[in-house]
Amino acid sequence: MSEVFTTAVMVAVVASAIRLAVPLLLAALGETFGQRSGVLNLGVDGIMLLGAFSGYYAVLKTDNVWLGLLAGAIVGLVLGLASAVIAVTLKAEQGISGIGVYLFGLGMSDLLFQKLVGTPIPIDQFPGVDIPILSDIPYIGEMFFQHSLVIYLAFLSIPVATFVINRTTFGMKIRAVGEYPDAADTLGVSVAGVRYATEIIGGTLAGIAGAVLAITLGIFQQNLTNGAGFIAIALVYFGAWRPTGIMLGALLFGFVNALVLELKTLEIIPRDLSNLASMAPAIITILALVFVARRFRAPSALTKPFTRGK
Amino acid sequence: MKSRTITLVVLMAAFALIAAACSSDDSAEGFRIAIVAPSASNDLAFTQSMVDSANRIEGAEVAVTDGTFVVEDAAVALRDYATEGYDLVIGHGSQYGGSLSEIAPDFPETSFAWGTAADTFGLPNVYSYEAASDQGGEVMGIMAAALSQAANVGIVGPIEVGDAKLYVDGFEKGVLEQNPGATVNINYIDSFSDVALASEAAQSLIGAGADVMSGTAQMTVGAVGVASTEGVLWFGTQSNQTSLAPEIVVASQVYHWENMLEDMIAKIKDGTLGGEVYEINFANEGLVIEYNEDYDLPGDVKDLGEAKIDEFKNEG
Amino acid sequence: MSIHLSHQQRRILAYSIPVLAVFAALLFGAIMLVLLGANPFEGYSEMFIGAFGSGNALIATILKATPLLFVGTGIVIAFRANVINIGAEGQMVLGGLFATMAALYLPEMPSFIMVPVILIAGLAGGALWGWIPGALKAYYRVNEILSTIMLNIVAVQLMSYLLRGPLIDPAEIERGTRIPQTERLMESADLPLLFGSDRFHIGPVLAVLVAIATYYLLWRTPLGYRLRAVGLSEHAARYAGIPVRRTIALALTMSGALAGLAGAVLVFGSESHRMVTDGSTMGFTGSAGFNGIVAALLGGLHPIWTIPASFLFGGLIVGGQALQRAVQVPSALIVALNGLVVVFVVAADRYRVRLLSTDGRAQEVEDDGKMPLDEEDSALGAVYDAAPMGTDSYGQDESGDDPP
Repeated sequence: MSEVFTTAVMVAVVASAIRLAVPLLLAALGETFGQRSGVLNLGVDGIMLLGAFSGYYAVLKTDNVWLGLLAGAIVGLVLGLASAVIAVTLKAEQGISGIGVYLFGLGMSDLLFQKLVGTPIPIDQFPGVDIPILSDIPYIGEMFFQHSLVIYLAFLSIPVATFVINRTTFGMKIRAVGEYPDAADTLGVSVAGVRYATEIIGGTLAGIAGAVLAITLGIFQQNLTNGAGFIAIALVYFGAWRPTGIMLGALLFGFVNALVLELKTLEIIPRDLSNLASMAPAIITILALVFVARRFRAPSALTKPFTRGK
Repeated sequence: MKSRTITLVVLMAAFALIAAACSSDDSAEGFRIAIVAPSASNDLAFTQSMVDSANRIEGAEVAVTDGTFVVEDAAVALRDYATEGYDLVIGHGSQYGGSLSEIAPDFPETSFAWGTAADTFGLPNVYSYEAASDQGGEVMGIMAAALSQAANVGIVGPIEVGDAKLYVDGFEKGVLEQNPGATVNINYIDSFSDVALASEAAQSLIGAGADVMSGTAQMTVGAVGVASTEGVLWFGTQSNQTSLAPEIVVASQVYHWENMLEDMIAKIKDGTLGGEVYEINFANEGLVIEYNEDYDLPGDVKDLGEAKIDEFKNEG
Repeated sequence: MSIHLSHQQRRILAYSIPVLAVFAALLFGAIMLVLLGANPFEGYSEMFIGAFGSGNALIATILKATPLLFVGTGIVIAFRANVINIGAEGQMVLGGLFATMAALYLPEMPSFIMVPVILIAGLAGGALWGWIPGALKAYYRVNEILSTIMLNIVAVQLMSYLLRGPLIDPAEIERGTRIPQTERLMESADLPLLFGSDRFHIGPVLAVLVAIATYYLLWRTPLGYRLRAVGLSEHAARYAGIPVRRTIALALTMSGALAGLAGAVLVFGSESHRMVTDGSTMGFTGSAGFNGIVAALLGGLHPIWTIPASFLFGGLIVGGQALQRAVQVPSALIVALNGLVVVFVVAADRYRVRLLSTDGRAQEVEDDGKMPLDEEDSALGAVYDAAPMGTDSYGQDESGDDPP
């Protein structure tokens, strides 16, 4: 066992955990905005897949990773808008319409890929950026400060999101609409308007999450996300609708995944038991939630369409 | 190894037949082939190898239902193609065998093939086929060991089953044959579809010292990307993966099913609808090592691999 | 609505709305077909024929609908108790595994014993995988969306572990082919076939019976009353002396049990009569764990209406696959088309509900439990309105701010 706990190995595991966490983190953050305003979007994975494909395709055609990110964001924005029309204006059942969006994204991204690209062609990846001075700190530097720029941006979005939700008028409106839509409406807050905004933010972040995944991997393939959007939704509950909690959840999930991979590489986990070890990230995420006392509850208007005067 | 012997006999008979048939009508004009396969037909892996091979057969009409990972859906598709009157219905996934054994007796006039497997269920209208992917694994393992300066090779696998296991085991054997002291780290990520996890598995193998890597199944496209970024050499399998990273892919073991398919077609035209087990290998040129021309492979390393290939050819 | 319509006219219009929504989605699909160079008329006629056009097609559709109905009925139970169960995928896998193990490890017994045994084993496996998130929610406040998504991951790894290890067909090891599947399971456990068909087994009949039984359970028994009472208002239910936590755990357990039954039926009613995996839940379930939710909602969260809803949704899937084969478009199109149909039908549901909303009689019928479609809000919405989903109202912190 001593092999595992060498610093070099742990440094690699942490760095790997951060990379695995980022797409989950971005998508979960977006979902948080929607849920705080009372809208559950189960279609995150579908939006991620279409964001991933458009990001991939844009980079393939332009060789510019930032245009790829933009493409993912735009497609995500459009799908977020569509989700808002379905959930807010048409007041559809949110859980179920999300499954529809997921299936649509799963099929459509694959169809576009087959028709526009054919076989997987590698694309440019995000450039790595070593943060000056910090990246030179032994171990710490390698773990945290030798990543690509998007990864830093993703983590920077955590305090930004916390600030927006808790300290701005817009954030106050989001919370009001998610908790007391009737009261908010009486006070002149447009419930539908706020929910449109949060769904668009959520869709955009999911689209970006997908694009980040595709451009980080430098490739696209059928079902590239492999269910990451659903894990992101689970992490919103893990993080109790707080950006910092969600970040911790994403890092925990990524860390256990990375650790299991490392233990397999080092053959500390026998190959016969490999599948059992692969359960660990899911089980530990549940257990963590059992053992950390939960003192939070869901926004009370979550999944409830709003009708004035009801 | 019993199946290998059968295969050998079958193949010898087959070649004789081809030789005989060559003079007469050997075109596949109007021959209808249906393929039902689990992953996408552009996966640069297992499914693509068969779809590409079938499309290379001149004159044949090819229908494809890909992405059929649900076995029961595959059963419906197989039944439907048989009903539609396709001449050869291929269930290109070893998980389809159980269903195929139930379906084939209902369509005695239709020829079925499935793989990779070595079992025709004693049915007269079922062919089965397998790929000796361990052979190519071994050949490339030998070259990998010779190329590895750190004497450390990493392999990314999906789930330790079927064709994937065969290939990985062969690769490991090859490495250790060439350099018994080498380290071979194998990481099965327990998924055929998690590209991100495959790429992190590659990172982990490189972290453990690997400077030459390989991997099998469709999710390894992620691992090739990491190898490319880190400047680690890569050996591919199932389809030619050079296009994924022209600077680091050394060679790919490619499945060429077309000879086998042509042989089946000839037999079906002669009225033999099944009952035989095929194996593609180096001897019958069903397995081919395709080198990346842009990679400057040292001649002595290539010779090691070619020598092993010759050995297989003489054996088989 | 300014135009006055009679009760009957409203009803007919209301029920034609989901159908119109499907047509709207198919219109989008037609555009995609044209872009892919296929003839949409040919495609859609093949789709219809493939789903409903022949005896074989109907059998395929009914068999596809069977797991949807089992899962959908379970979803109805959970949703009625205000619990979201998106873990049916994993619960089906566990049901399949338990039933398979029963057939592998028990001595051979006559069919009339073996078949109930494997069905009960499937029920037990699914129940276990439903009870875990149920108990976690009830006693540890772990949100069921989180736990069921995670348990789906655990289930798929457990399936891979068992099918490539302890349960693998010994012949696979002997031959060296190592396909992760069991041997052909004992014949006396095969689901009995009906009407002299070679594929039509008792599964669909069982599913319909279960749906009817669930209707009686929910509206004619004290347990059903408790489940619905908890679903309508936890506070009121607690005030009325109903053990709320136990009822929540039970709702997910029952929901899981029915998904487990679907898993057992998938194994023992399959062509191959064995369990085989490709390393994903979808490969085993065909996404029935998700599609069952769609069927339940299309059926207005009512067990009886879930029966035709499952049938139509099964037809859509089977027909879509026939369309793919006939006009040779990528299968991905069918997946996308399924998604569009779901989105359109659910989005249009509002209009159906609105048409029925001013219908006074409908409300009475609903109280009888017969016509949940006729609520002012749609059925699920009503459940939410009474008690928001996911609210763990056991006296937690009310603040919306981040913890200090």
